[in-house]
Amino acid sequence: MSLLNYFKSTKPNSAKIAKERLQILVSHERSARSQPSYLPELQKELLDVIKKYVQVDQDDISINYESDDHQETLELNIVLPENI
Amino acid sequence: MSRIIVVTSGKGGVGKTTTSAAMAMGFAKKGHKTAVIDFDVGLRNLDLILGCERRVVYDFVNIINGEATLNQALIKDKRCDKLFILPASQTRDKDALTLEGVGKVLNELKETFDYIICDSPAGIERGAHLAMYFADDAFIVTNPEVSSVRDSDRMLGILSSKSKRAENNETPIKEYLLLSRYNPKRVKLGEMLSVDDVQEILSLHLLGVIPESQAVLNASNSGIPVILDEASDAGQAYADIVNRYLGEDVPQRFINEEKKGLFGRLFKG
Repeated sequence: MSLLNYFKSTKPNSAKIAKERLQILVSHERSARSQPSYLPELQKELLDVIKKYVQVDQDDISINYESDDHQETLELNIVLPENI
Repeated sequence: MSRIIVVTSGKGGVGKTTTSAAMAMGFAKKGHKTAVIDFDVGLRNLDLILGCERRVVYDFVNIINGEATLNQALIKDKRCDKLFILPASQTRDKDALTLEGVGKVLNELKETFDYIICDSPAGIERGAHLAMYFADDAFIVTNPEVSSVRDSDRMLGILSSKSKRAENNETPIKEYLLLSRYNPKRVKLGEMLSVDDVQEILSLHLLGVIPESQAVLNASNSGIPVILDEASDAGQAYADIVNRYLGEDVPQRFINEEKKGLFGRLFKG
């Protein structure tokens, strides 16, 4: 068994892990860069307004901002609790 | 037409000053009149890497404050008469550099120099911002290591939004990747990000790879830019990069491990 292990590369490929982590991080940070700076504030205020009427958490609201040459889209997604 | 080149990275210790010194000497040796400016006010080191630390009389801040002329402050290299060094101030604080002052100095340099290399300090504060603000080209010095790659990407974001070219909606700064401290052996073992990995993440044009090399420390110890160590791997890598930047078609080297012949293997472990 140990002889087999010797030939089989059991060493984790740390470069691969590094690449995967960086790809996720960099794409996340790039999309954050292109977003308008008021977005976090907007998200907070929207949450406060909705909370007046229904009980939701920070995680239940997601805001996506996308832009291309023609238009800018602001997508708001609110997950409401099941039994209201 | 003169070009202003910023050597930047975000992260410290990746080889910005080594690269600035090597590239400046490389351009000068090719016959282009080149000035290299240290933007690291308070922590100057370019003078030391170029071996002219004892000839510094006036510095960058003196010119901006009108205490010296550009010609008084520029240090002419003793090995190559086309190379001039403008040292940073060691005593002032970093707010001594102003956008207006830096712009004025660069404009004056542009009248007589072919290449003006701005050696950026680490970080993203004032010195780094001013070093890249007026640039036409950017050399992004990156190590194949997570924090360096991330910081390089951050720098790319700043180049594309906070430079003069970006603010005036001109053609963007041309960005080039210089991957330094590369170790092909560790890449092969899966222990280090490869050139392809880094290029894929940053999507940058690769100007060249500089291998991890003992020659770099030897060169800085003696105040000789590593490009003058023509027998060394790092010296040759920088020479290739200079030629590539100047438009020559030079194939990439130092990406794969050198195959040692039987002779080499017998005599070196």
